[in-house]
Amino acid sequence: MSAESLDPLDVVDPAHEHHHLGEQVERRLRKSERRRGLLLALPAFAYMVLFFAVPLVIVLVYSFATRTSSGSVALSGWNLDSYRKLGEPIVRNVVFRSAWLAAITTVACLVIGYPFAYFTATRRPLVRNLLLVSVMIPFWTNFLVRNYAWRLLLSTGGPISSATEAIGLGETDLLFTRTAVVLGLTYSFLPFMILPLYASIERIDWRLVEASRDLYSNGWKSFTKIVFPLSLPGVIAGSILVFVPSLGAYVTPEILGGGRETMLGSYIVTQFLTARNWPVGASVSFVLMAVMLSATIVYFRSGGKNL
Amino acid sequence: MSEASSAQARGLAKWGLNLNVVLVLVFLYAPIVLLTIYSFSGARNPGQWGGFTLDWYRALGDDTRVQDAIWVSVKVALVSTVVSVVLGTMAALALERFTFRGKKVFDALLYLPIIIPDVTMAVMMLLFFTQAFDLLDDWFGLRIAKGFATIVVSHIAFNIAFVSVVVRARIAGMDATLEQAAADLYATRWRAFVHVTLPQIMPGVLGGALLALTLSLDDVVVTQFVAGPGSTTLPVYVFSLIRKGVTPLINAVSVVMLAASLVLVIGSLFAQRANEGRRRREPAA
Repeated sequence: MSAESLDPLDVVDPAHEHHHLGEQVERRLRKSERRRGLLLALPAFAYMVLFFAVPLVIVLVYSFATRTSSGSVALSGWNLDSYRKLGEPIVRNVVFRSAWLAAITTVACLVIGYPFAYFTATRRPLVRNLLLVSVMIPFWTNFLVRNYAWRLLLSTGGPISSATEAIGLGETDLLFTRTAVVLGLTYSFLPFMILPLYASIERIDWRLVEASRDLYSNGWKSFTKIVFPLSLPGVIAGSILVFVPSLGAYVTPEILGGGRETMLGSYIVTQFLTARNWPVGASVSFVLMAVMLSATIVYFRSGGKNL
Repeated sequence: MSEASSAQARGLAKWGLNLNVVLVLVFLYAPIVLLTIYSFSGARNPGQWGGFTLDWYRALGDDTRVQDAIWVSVKVALVSTVVSVVLGTMAALALERFTFRGKKVFDALLYLPIIIPDVTMAVMMLLFFTQAFDLLDDWFGLRIAKGFATIVVSHIAFNIAFVSVVVRARIAGMDATLEQAAADLYATRWRAFVHVTLPQIMPGVLGGALLALTLSLDDVVVTQFVAGPGSTTLPVYVFSLIRKGVTPLINAVSVVMLAASLVLVIGSLFAQRANEGRRRREPAA
């Protein structure tokens, strides 16, 4: 053995080569893993592109198209007319009414849902699970049927009307009013409020409340200074989850508002199925989607993903 | 004295809290229970009680339009659930276990159907099929009409997203080392999937399937836009009946739909329980 072979560089070199080879194998492995992942995702990916992304683009394209006198759509003469129409009084009224009814629904759900969620979160596990399941069951039952049930309850001479008459309050005639629509929306989306509220209240560290009580805070003060602020992510998440679907609701206002309290959802459907003004329908639905998308981004930013 | 009043305020708050819970439960269940009771009412006015009868359910048995609609609904729900469960589970595995080109885009694309309002989804599918059928007619002279296939294709489009979210939640809470152990023990990928991965994600897959079934059986708006004259699902048919007015027959159909959803709820509760049971056992293992 020569002294040169003891040179550290010589010793390192084969190891270095070996390391290089390992890297190559690893890279090839990683590449094949990637191919496998893509292959696994491909069927769903292709399906979503063809039957979701492409339709979405078509809606966007149609919203810039012109409506011909026969009611069909001419895919030429691109313009912004249908977006300008959003500023017209008729559409604006529908937008304001939808936003207003959705806001009232959200507040109603919050007022009813918060105490319920608080109660549920502060019980022992058995009661807690029973209450949660009792909220989940209506959430899973058929949406149309739940709204129809209110139509039946509110119908003239129906159960509620006869009940109020029996007490001596006279017949109530709520069907086809805004109150009926808000009632139906509240009924439909209350679980969306209760579940995130419950999740955020349940996670509160109650030692903080104990500490505040030790420092002579009263119950109300402990609630407003500690419990409520800590449950705020749940309040935001629940409000978005109720407000967003209420805004685009179609079935509830149709059944309980009788088409008299037109909301955005009904307006869009009318544009397609009866008025046959597809560009306007397309632009309104695109704007509605954009609003919901931004609300959802806010929801995720507020930590909604953890709820 | 202030202590007495604070105790009083506390008692009041407690009492209010209890009352609210009772009222919420009544609010949630009274409409469903009353609807069920009134479906057995003999009165012609569907909102009045007129003695017990099964007439409306018998009438339902003779109504071929309702039966056709039920049949279409069941077929649509089953086909769209099977397809979306397979595609959605594959997508969930790809997103949780692999990295690949376009992953972020795919991820975002899979969230959109959950966020998008169903009216927008309905509009999208209507315009897509109109445009696609026009093109097929122009290019190949193919004349296709909206019907069963368009309903199924649309339902799959929103169901894939929901299935993949549910399955992903399950995979995320799962131990990846078991799969690696299977690979170390020379299991082929397919065997490792069938014997290790699949049993572990099964509660998630089942939960996703039940959600897909429920959503498919619930949908009115999208189906209304893509259904052809020959095929309507039960919810779309019932919705068109409701708009004309309330009848005892609708009461009976509604209760049938209610019963179907209840079966699905109970199924989903069991799936959830299996999920939680597993999760509880895992840290101990």
